[in-house]
Parts: sequence; structure tokens; C-alpha cells
Amino acid sequence: MKKEFTKVKLSNGLTVFLKEIHSAPIISSWVWYRVGSKDEHTGKTGISHWTEHMQFKGTTKFPAQILDKSISREGGSWNAFTSTDWTTYFETMPADKIDLALRLEADRMVNSHFDAKEVASERTVIISEREGHENEPLFRLAEAVQHAAFRIHPYHHEVIGDLADLHTITRDDLFQHYKTFYAPNNAVMAVAGDFKTKDMLARIKKLFGPIRSKATPPRLKRSEPAQAGQLTLSMSGPGETTYLQAAYRFPAASHPDFYALSVLDSLLAGPSNLNIFGGGISNRTSRLYRALIDKEFAVGFSGGSSATIDPFMYTFTLTVHQKRTPQEALAALDAEILRVQDELVSKDEIAIAIKQAKALFAYGSESITNQAFWMGYSEMFASYEWFLTYLQKLSKVTPKDIQRVAREYFRPSSRVVGTYLPTGGEEA
Amino acid sequence: MMATRLQQSRNVRQNSLPGPDDIHRVVLPNGITVLSRPNFNSPSVMVSGYFASGSLFETDDKLGLADFVCTSLMRGTAKRDMQSIYGALESAGATLGFDSGTYNSNFGGRALAEDLSLVLGVLAETLQFPAFPIEHVERLRAQFLAGLAIRAQDTADMADIIFDQIVFEGHPYSRPDDGWPETIAAITRDDMINFHRRTFGPKNFVIAVVGGIDPQRAVEKVQAALGSWKNPNQVTRPEIPDAPVLKKTVRRHHAIEGKTQTDIVLGMSGPRRKEPDYLAASLGNSVLGQFGMMGRIGDVVREKAGLAYHASSSLSGGIGPGTWDVTAGVSAANTKRAIDLIIKELEKFVKKGVTAKELADCKANFLGRLPISLESNGGVAGAILNMERFNLGLDHLRNYAQKINAVKREDVQAAAKKYVHPSALAVASSGPEA
Repeated sequence: MKKEFTKVKLSNGLTVFLKEIHSAPIISSWVWYRVGSKDEHTGKTGISHWTEHMQFKGTTKFPAQILDKSISREGGSWNAFTSTDWTTYFETMPADKIDLALRLEADRMVNSHFDAKEVASERTVIISEREGHENEPLFRLAEAVQHAAFRIHPYHHEVIGDLADLHTITRDDLFQHYKTFYAPNNAVMAVAGDFKTKDMLARIKKLFGPIRSKATPPRLKRSEPAQAGQLTLSMSGPGETTYLQAAYRFPAASHPDFYALSVLDSLLAGPSNLNIFGGGISNRTSRLYRALIDKEFAVGFSGGSSATIDPFMYTFTLTVHQKRTPQEALAALDAEILRVQDELVSKDEIAIAIKQAKALFAYGSESITNQAFWMGYSEMFASYEWFLTYLQKLSKVTPKDIQRVAREYFRPSSRVVGTYLPTGGEEA
Repeated sequence: MMATRLQQSRNVRQNSLPGPDDIHRVVLPNGITVLSRPNFNSPSVMVSGYFASGSLFETDDKLGLADFVCTSLMRGTAKRDMQSIYGALESAGATLGFDSGTYNSNFGGRALAEDLSLVLGVLAETLQFPAFPIEHVERLRAQFLAGLAIRAQDTADMADIIFDQIVFEGHPYSRPDDGWPETIAAITRDDMINFHRRTFGPKNFVIAVVGGIDPQRAVEKVQAALGSWKNPNQVTRPEIPDAPVLKKTVRRHHAIEGKTQTDIVLGMSGPRRKEPDYLAASLGNSVLGQFGMMGRIGDVVREKAGLAYHASSSLSGGIGPGTWDVTAGVSAANTKRAIDLIIKELEKFVKKGVTAKELADCKANFLGRLPISLESNGGVAGAILNMERFNLGLDHLRNYAQKINAVKREDVQAAAKKYVHPSALAVASSGPEA
């Protein structure tokens, strides 16, 4: 991707990234807040995500009924996402209509109502969202594994929150959360597309400049202590399918080892695609596909991590072959990990991983939305510089680096292994 | 000030929509249609298309055969094995994949522009010379059976299957394209070889190449890869019959143990894409369950009643009859209430149609989102393929605003009355015991 962009910090602390792209008459605007599920205390889990929902419920200038239609009327696409570390809102619009998105985001940074009736209605919507997730055995397994992996660190709960808290969080809790974390000095704005930087910056200054900064609390710092041995858990439920997850402790995205681990991820499980707009690459030649699928230990598998502020997890998920036990599948996985720990990988394998990463960058660059996404997203866990130098950093990874990180991070003693065993029943 | 400048900027690019002057269309001597449009802003290329094979050719006892064949194509050819095929693609960061449909099957791949020939070479080889290695057939069979076991536990999938069974009773669309465990178990390697021999060929084969390549050069590369393909055994595809007409509402629930939520699919058959009232129906559907936060349905079921995270409607017309349906995921206890609310909205929709403001909003939405849908090579390729598939003409997007703006409120209501029958609906659900 091209490096031309402008970064400005307004006097109220709002960081603004602008990137002109004139290939299509489109502009994508993102506002990122440094708040996510990692900032949530026990009893208030899911509050960041619920707050995100409430941001669609209107302000005085943009009442709910107008809000949801105004963007659609102009043909825009818009949405919001909440993660462990951040919450973000975006609009991709025909270029001549982007002003609406800018006005809307400036307004709802401080003026959302959080009407009590809307909170009550949204409570059942979010509980329904969680119930939809709970219909999936893999969600239940992943939630249990994550919970086992993080006893202290707030990464221990799912972004959607625990059902108990979804029943008890109040309107005032939500409003307080909003008032605490939604501030220009706690946000990053990223806009890419068909505009002139000078004009766009002037408009952003006019709309967002008057919003006052405020003191935001320090982010929760509860480091997870070192794990003293492998943790295992087992759960069961209806169906015929056995799932296995093995989750290893992984460093923060800003850690120097992240690059070697990205190459290792590519060799083991196929390249992870960090783009949210733009497809991935198949993994049929990855070491684990050959060891697990071709050897019929599993009928499906994936491996991957997230780019996070604090150390999180790298998780392998296996759909175990009908004729195998989860123990056999895990042994096959272990054998491959052992191989990468014992034997140096070839330089050719690293070169392939780098070419794959380059291709993924090229695919992601087709989308203006994706380019704006990266400017903000990378700032949430590291910096845009992290993104711009990513390929260069990958190219410096050596076979010895791979071996070292494989030995350091893929240790059985620092993993959680979870299995979902089917009880065999299908229909009630 | 800025708005003025941006307006100019947009006007300059109105003709940037794909059209007859920049879509290169060539029919090769063997019948393959090649469509190409350049995008030199992109360092990559998208290759996608469709061909005249699908589950229409399957017998009831071998359902899933088309899917099985498509998935097996890249598992080895007369020239090389699976690891060699995927090794060539993945080492270049390129992709290629096939998936079967009912009337057509599809393929899609992409690569850095410098690797276009690589993708086309693999495409040509796997289409023409698949080996169906027996060990891979059996491995895939195990994967399919596992997939079907997972499907049996998926409330959304099961509600979809039941819905199609009600709406399309006795019609080819009533059958799931991925088959049933017993039909997958019954498929032999010989079935696959025969199916490939009969249904794969250059007749009715369409390919689009979009991205950082000169269109003429793209056509030459397709010609080099696929120009010599012939199949005298390729059979003619059967036509798709009209959907049966439901005379009264049919309600069916599929219970799955251990679930917390019920998925609902409710609706009826819809128009084919080629029907003149398709755009009117599509705009009506937008009012009903798309526009803003999932239209009227979203407003009633999600926003006002708080019953569901998702509740929307969709219209999916293809070569054959489509469906016009509403989907929602709700707590088991709220299932009846949600269904009642949705049916009430359908009644209102048929009786009163849409307001002038609603229609104007949806027209603006359809026109405004067009450039956004075309920002990627994949989006452009999809749009060009649809022009070909549904015989819309290469000027379809250039005339799109005119076609949309010509739709009147009466047209929408006429389409609603014609296709939406609130007293004769298929109402399918899957979740906990009702």
C-alpha cells in the first residue's frame, strides 16, 4: 500500500489520519475509541458492546428514526464493531455525501441520549444476539477456553458479555461508560478516499474541534500471571461432532516476536488474514493441513491470533475426524509443532509466507474502506507505522527466529486444551 | 465549499461505471464467453465465472453429486497431485476455488496481476482433467458427512432447508445442494467421472477477468488456457420449472436439542431475475426489510419489540424462481409473537404498498451504493457476470439510474400483490422444542 497520508492531532487530542485515494468516488470514515471489553469490570461485562449498540439510538440532531435512515438514503454502508481493545464506527459513502457521516460521528461522540426505553429494548436484542452465539458449540467451547486462559486479565470474558451482566446492567451504567470513554482525546479518526486533504481536515476541525477533551481513566492493567502447566477442560452437548481447541499464550502485537510468529502461523496453518474487507488465501499446503487433514486426524482446522494490546492467545481449532479421538488429533498437532521446534524451516518457506502476506496486502488495498480501516485499527494496538513496516519486518525473519519463537510460545505447559464432546443426540 | 468540490469530483466519474466501452466481451470459437475490464489502480486480478453444471443434473438418490465433483476438481489431475496444484497457487499468494449451485456452478480466484496465467492454467487443468483420486474422494466424503452432521445442528441451516421444502415441494429447488448423509454415502467415483463428462464443457461457460491487466491481453490468456477445450458429450441443461403455488400457510418446526434460540424463515417464492417487475419487487423488499436498520421488519421486530438481533427480508431471484423471505433469530418463547408481527407487516405491505418517501429513500440507496459495491475487482466481476447471466446488457449499470427512477409506487404495490401472499406462507423454524 502507498504510504502517503497525513496525521494530525487536534488541540482537543483527537488524532486524525487522512489518505487521499482517487480511484473511485467513495470516502470511508472511521472513528475508533480506545475502549473495549478489556476495560470492563466484573458485573459490567459486555457494557462496551452494548454502548456501541446504544450509539445507534439517536441524538437530538439525529433521532434514531432519522439516524438509521439518513446513511442508507445516501447509499452509504455503515456499521460498528466492538473488540477486546477498541470500539469503532464507520461509514463508507459516495464522496459527495460524506459530510453527513462526519456530522453524525461528531454529534454522537458526545450527544447520544441513551433513552431508558431504548436501553430496555436493546437489552433483549443483545441477549438474543448472545443466544444466537450460544446455539453454536464452537462459541461455547471458545468461551470456556478463553475463560480458562485468563483468570486475572480482563480478556477472560467474551466481548458480548456474560448473560448475568446483560440482565443487570442499567441505563445509568451505560451512560456513565459512554461519558467516561467517548472523548476526542480517547479517539482516532481515519478517513480515506476521494477528497482533498486540506478541505477534509478543515471540515473535521470545524466539526470535531469544539468537542472538549476530558480525563479518561487509565486502562485496566491486570497482567495474567505465568501459567504453571497445561490446563484442560471438556464440555459436551448434542450433535455428532467433536471439536478441539488448543490455545497458546501469544505476545502483544507490538512485541518484536509478533513478526516471526506471523511467519510461523503462515507455515503451520496458512496465512491469517487481518483485513476485514478482502478475502484470504487457502491453506492446503500448510504443514498442519497436510498433517491433520491429509492424514485424516481432522476434517477441518484453523489457526490464528488477534493483534491485541496485551498478550492474548493463538488458537488452533480442530473439527476432529469421526474415526479419531481428540487425543489422537492433539498428538498429531503436537508432532508438527515439535517438528518446527526441532528442525529449522527453509528460507523458501519463509519467502512463500512473505509473498502470501504481500498478496493479502494487495487484495486489501482494493478497498478504500479497508485502507481507512487499517489507519485506525493499527493505532488501536500499536501504530500505523506498525502496518506500514509490516512487510519489511516480515522480510527480516530468519529460520532461527522461527525456531526460537516456536520453542518459546508453543509450549504445552502454557496452553489451554478444550474439547467439545458430542452426546450423539440430534433431535429433541 | 467542500461539498461543491466533491460533487464535481463525482460527476466527472459518472461514466466510470462499467459499460460497453470498457467491458471487453469476446466469445471464443469453442463457445466460452470472456468478459474483461481493466483496473490499473489494482496490483491484482480477479478471475471468476460460471458454467452449466449443477444439482439440476442430480438424481434424488445422489444429491450432493455436483458439490462433490466441484470440490474434488483440485484434488488432483491427470498431470499433478493436489499438493502440487495448491503449492503453485499458495506459494504465489493466489487462490482458486469452485462451488456448485443448482443451475450453474461457479469458480473464483485471484492473484497478483503478474500471476494471472498461473491461475488460468490451474483453472483450465482442473476443469478439463480432474483425476478424482480415490483416496481424496473418500477423504472428502468424510468431510462432507461431518459437514452434514454440523448442518443438522445448525438452526439457521435447518430452517432454510425446511423453508425450501415447503415453498418448492416437488421442484428441484426443494433439494439441498449439499445432499443428505445417505446420498453422499451412495455417490461413487464412477458417478463423479460420469457427471463431469456429461456436464462440464465450454458450452455456456462464462469467465470474467478484472484488475490490473489489459483486457485484450486477458482475453488472449484465457484463449491460451481454455480455447482448446471441447466436450462433445456435454448435455443440454434442463430448464427450471416455475415454483408451485402455495394455497395456504404451512407451518413446520424442526426441534434441535440444546439450543437457546429459534431461527425463523418465513415467506414464499419470488420472481426470476429476468421478470420486468424484479426491480419493483427489489425496491419493495428494501422498504420491507432492508433499508436503514433492516426496514419495516427490523423496526417492528428488533427496534420496537426488542425480540431479535437480526430480522430482515431478502429477495433472491436467479435464472429460476427465487424466494422472497423474512428471517429472524428469536428466543423460543418469542417465536409466535415474532411470526405474528412479521405476518402483520406483510399484510400491511400488500394492502398499502410503500409511501412515496420510502420509495424515494430506497431509490437513493440503490443508486448511492452502486459505486461502493464496485470498489473491488470482485465487485466489478460480479456485476459484469450478472449482466451476462441475466442478459441485462453491458449498458445495464449505465442505465441503472433510469431503470430505478422509472419504478413507481403502483409498480411496487403490484409486485407486492403478485408475489406476497400473507395467507399462503411457508413458515419454517428450527430451535428448541416448540
